[in-house]
Amino acid sequence: MRKTLMAAMAAAVVAGALASPPAEAKTFRWAFQGDAQALDPHSLNETFTLGLLGNVYEGLIRRDPELKIEPALAESWEIVEPTRWRFHLRKGVKFHNGNDFTADDVLFTAARTRADGSDLKTRLAGVTDIIKVDDHTVDFVTDAPNPILHYEWATWYIMDKEWAEANNAGSPTDVTGGKENFATRNTNGTGPFMLVSRETDVKTVLKPYDGWWDAANKKHNLTEVVFTPIGSDSTRVAALLSGEIDMMYPVPVQDMNRLEGDANTSVLAGPELRTIFLGMDQELDELQYSNVKGKNPFKDKRVREAFYRAVDVNAIQKKIMRGLSEPSAIMISPFLFSRSAEFKRLEHNPEMSKKLLAEAGYPNGFEVGMDCPNNRYVNDEKICQAVVAMLAKVGVKVDLLAQPKAQYFAKILRPKRDTSFYLLGWTPGSFDSWNVLYNIIATPADDGRGKFNVGGYSNARIDELTTQVLSETDATKRDAMIHEAFKLLDDDRGYIPLHQQGLAWGKRSNIELAQRADNQFMLYYVNVK
Amino acid sequence: MADARMPTPAPGSVAVPTARPGLADGVHRFFDSDVWFSFKRSPITIGAAAVTLLYFVMAVFGPWIAPHDPFDLAKLDLLDSLIPPAWMADGEARFPLGTDDQGRDLLSAIIYGSRVSLVIGFASVLLSMVIGIGLGLISGFVGGAIDAFIMRMAEIQLSFPAILVALLINGVIIGYFKTHPEWQVDQVTLAYVVLVLSIGLSNWVQYARTVRGSTLVERNKEYVQAAHVIGIHPAMIMWRHILPNVMGPVLVIATIQLALAVITEATLSFLGVGVPPTEPSLGTLIRVGNDYLFSGEWWVTIFPGAALAILVLAVNLLGDWLRDALNPKLR
Amino acid sequence: MVAFIIRRFIQSLFVMFVVALVSFAMFQFIGDPVNQMVGIETSLAERAALRERLGLNDPIYVQFWHYIVNAVSGDFGLSYQHKRPVADMLLERLPATLELSLVSALFSLIVGIPMGVYTGLNRDGFLAKLFLTISLIGISLPTFLIGILLIFVFSVMMANAPPIPVFDLFTIYPSALQLPSFGRGTTVDIGSWRTGLLTTDGLKALIMPSITLGLFQLTLIMRLVRSEMLEVLRTDYIKFARARGLANRAINFGHALKNTLVPVITITGLQVGSIIAFAIITETVFQWPGMGQMFLLAVQNVDIPIMAAYLMLIAFFFVVINLIVDMLYYVVDPRLRVDAGKVSGHG
Repeated sequence: MRKTLMAAMAAAVVAGALASPPAEAKTFRWAFQGDAQALDPHSLNETFTLGLLGNVYEGLIRRDPELKIEPALAESWEIVEPTRWRFHLRKGVKFHNGNDFTADDVLFTAARTRADGSDLKTRLAGVTDIIKVDDHTVDFVTDAPNPILHYEWATWYIMDKEWAEANNAGSPTDVTGGKENFATRNTNGTGPFMLVSRETDVKTVLKPYDGWWDAANKKHNLTEVVFTPIGSDSTRVAALLSGEIDMMYPVPVQDMNRLEGDANTSVLAGPELRTIFLGMDQELDELQYSNVKGKNPFKDKRVREAFYRAVDVNAIQKKIMRGLSEPSAIMISPFLFSRSAEFKRLEHNPEMSKKLLAEAGYPNGFEVGMDCPNNRYVNDEKICQAVVAMLAKVGVKVDLLAQPKAQYFAKILRPKRDTSFYLLGWTPGSFDSWNVLYNIIATPADDGRGKFNVGGYSNARIDELTTQVLSETDATKRDAMIHEAFKLLDDDRGYIPLHQQGLAWGKRSNIELAQRADNQFMLYYVNVK
Repeated sequence: MADARMPTPAPGSVAVPTARPGLADGVHRFFDSDVWFSFKRSPITIGAAAVTLLYFVMAVFGPWIAPHDPFDLAKLDLLDSLIPPAWMADGEARFPLGTDDQGRDLLSAIIYGSRVSLVIGFASVLLSMVIGIGLGLISGFVGGAIDAFIMRMAEIQLSFPAILVALLINGVIIGYFKTHPEWQVDQVTLAYVVLVLSIGLSNWVQYARTVRGSTLVERNKEYVQAAHVIGIHPAMIMWRHILPNVMGPVLVIATIQLALAVITEATLSFLGVGVPPTEPSLGTLIRVGNDYLFSGEWWVTIFPGAALAILVLAVNLLGDWLRDALNPKLR
Repeated sequence: MVAFIIRRFIQSLFVMFVVALVSFAMFQFIGDPVNQMVGIETSLAERAALRERLGLNDPIYVQFWHYIVNAVSGDFGLSYQHKRPVADMLLERLPATLELSLVSALFSLIVGIPMGVYTGLNRDGFLAKLFLTISLIGISLPTFLIGILLIFVFSVMMANAPPIPVFDLFTIYPSALQLPSFGRGTTVDIGSWRTGLLTTDGLKALIMPSITLGLFQLTLIMRLVRSEMLEVLRTDYIKFARARGLANRAINFGHALKNTLVPVITITGLQVGSIIAFAIITETVFQWPGMGQMFLLAVQNVDIPIMAAYLMLIAFFFVVINLIVDMLYYVVDPRLRVDAGKVSGHG
């Protein structure tokens, strides 16, 4: 018995010696809570999918760690007429399979982006014509002047025409077709990394592409990248603590201290561009899920203000977000709007809430149902619970329904729009205020305006401003219009902005990387020391 | 989670105790019985019974025992959240076991949560018992095509994990109440209904199989044949003569299923089908506390986890003892 | 015999059909797949068009009919999320789930049977009672909590524990005992079967998930063996063996245990189906790339083709296992042959 024990220990000692990694391996292992849906760059407009693909494919522009626009596949561009943009393509760029990158690839990509099954049609919204001037010059003609035409093009990835057509991947996968598309699991980009292997939801392996056009300036020192999705929060934290992975995100906020306290790991926290807010139904004449019959209390500004003042965002920031949030007075990240500092949050004041409710005719409060996702935003369900408790203190009894995002969005989004009071988050994909005004503040209309204005808030002047902002090219005037719109919304208490959610990435101490506020993780900034 | 399946044709896997109809002097007889004797002889069983009793008392008298009302949201203060147990450095005497992420007193939350878990457990066991015994009796007594049909139904039931049954029922019920607003149910009631139905409906098979097996044996006995011949209605035969004979094994299954139901409730909560966290059950408390396992706030998950484990352990031990005590072959 | 098999086969087909039907009836309640297939900026008109193209606006029975017609020809459709054939995806995931299930079943048998025999033979022994009580703890905690606690101890604490010197003789490195917290480790492809059983890494990765999954079965089997032993030991045939003066060991293992094994094997066989179905939670906690994990993700994302195919596959497993078990009974137990029509089920 004793002998076997000794033998086992000796074996353990040997194994321990072998377990230390060889010094020169620059393999980088990282994890996220989910996987990219597919590798087709045009099949889903979603941050993580596009972020992962951004290491393999490239757009005409790209964004640096501060999100400033840089030339990428286009070396430069100019506005030749108010509605005509000219892009000069970079010469000598080769796809991973060795094909040359030319204007034809851009035209092909544009056609592919507009085909059935593509989810990136908005990238070319307003573009009426795309003209090949020569092999390395392309013109984009728009229906109206649009100063932010290219803002979202960092994630509009260019594909190789010959490769796609040779492999029957000329259009994005259409699940109704019943056939798998070659581009779903294979890639051929121009980016810094190329795909080695992929098992959906299990493992994706990348290696650097030596022929990358920007290889001379490359900032990473990786030789191999292994990506694994790990869905369970605890398991993901455990894998980082145990050193099985080098980096992972998101870090659950409650585990930030633990990772910071461990000598081998640390947390990179920063602001994200996502604004978390509460919306109230102002559309229906009778509030659903409520004991108030025949009218809708949320149509009364005093009620909306009472709700606003009942919520203590600082307590939420301190206790639920553990500092990983910035209370918000406006419906857009302060980084994306230069005059956001002029806005101040209404003070938390439960006494005044009670008074306002009494003035509005609800001295004993009322009942209302609330919808909340429980796997979409950082601690979403916990925030909702806290809001429910805070409202209980001013007499409003909230019946909380927290659901996974699949059921949650199906319930609250149009066309169903079945909610009275809800929590939602919004990141403007274009990094611009117009996106916010158009999608969540403008009066809902059939043309797609206000399609995420679930509560149906409506202000005619804001609608007017939204239209003007889109084509205004003078920055100062444009900002003044945006300011006016946000001010009107704030005065109406149309929404209750809560906070800017923060980003938290966890890493081993020997890893250096750059964190971007849009939560896209660019491998070409990663160094393994 | 997994269900214990018992194939009756296998040699003697389920025991049929001797019939003891008549409850008139039942109590008196009970204290004379072998069951009571075997109970007195087993300290573990007595301990388990005491713990179980304690939980029942807590469940019934919870509002009078608990120091706070954890379901009263107006009394929760977010700034009280995640306070450690009273004996630790930052602990506070008003929260003996500390607080959870919303500032709820954990001791009170556990008392109220046990109550929720037990109510759901009992209701779902009752449901599966009624369905299982009913179908088992019919299946065994009538036989033929109906028997085959019920047994195939049982197979279908077994191929659906309780998780999926819960998701289905969740969706159907929410859909139903949406189209019938006159019911005026809130999310908490809805969750109770969903949980009871989904746990209850996933566990009837075991009762049905056991009862069917026993019924098959009883059916061919002479007294049943005789009752049949003198024209007693089959339903009456099943009710008066066969049912009492299968109650022993059913009681054993029910005890173990109660423990299983409480655990299943916790598991479903992990998967997002559960009581809303505003009025948490033990399972919901564990699910929420689960997030705090690595972060140093261990009490948020360890105390509810221990409370659940002790309850389930005690009930299981009782079930164990009952299984042996009611099995005449083991005396 | 032939008639019996044919009848059971037809009944099994009926079971599969009902499973498909019930699955379909429930899908419409799980959520709207379209919202999970497009980005947030996609317009309502495009969403509606996609819904139409997917046939989600057709009545349920029409969708069901299309599905059955395609499924019979082996086409289970493309995953809404991953845009790949569902059959391929399930087959890729099958080895992971089967290996985990088999190893955990093996674990519960190897540990459960001896413990059951011991507790059965020493019914009133202190150690036996202790075993019985301890084994209950395994079913007194929710699986997900057991899994996370194991990860905490064997992945995190072991990785970060300092080496322990023992009397200057040698040093114990707890990190050598560290177990992987997620995934299957290094795998080897044998044809289309991806196995983790051939590498040290892969075997290490199996330890914690199979314990987590097998704990429940372990308790079950131990208890079953114990009660079977208790009953068999009291039968006349054992008493007769004792009277003949056979050694205790020969009686206990040669006669008694042998008799208890039939129900144990039956139950284990039947449990394999349950294990596969209930691997969902274990696989989720350990990020085990099996079918259960894929199924749960599919539920979250309303990926109807994956859900439907998975449920059909599970139903198929149950049906086949039940069929085999029934046929075994038929062969083993002659009494059933007389009454096969009425007692065709197994309980």
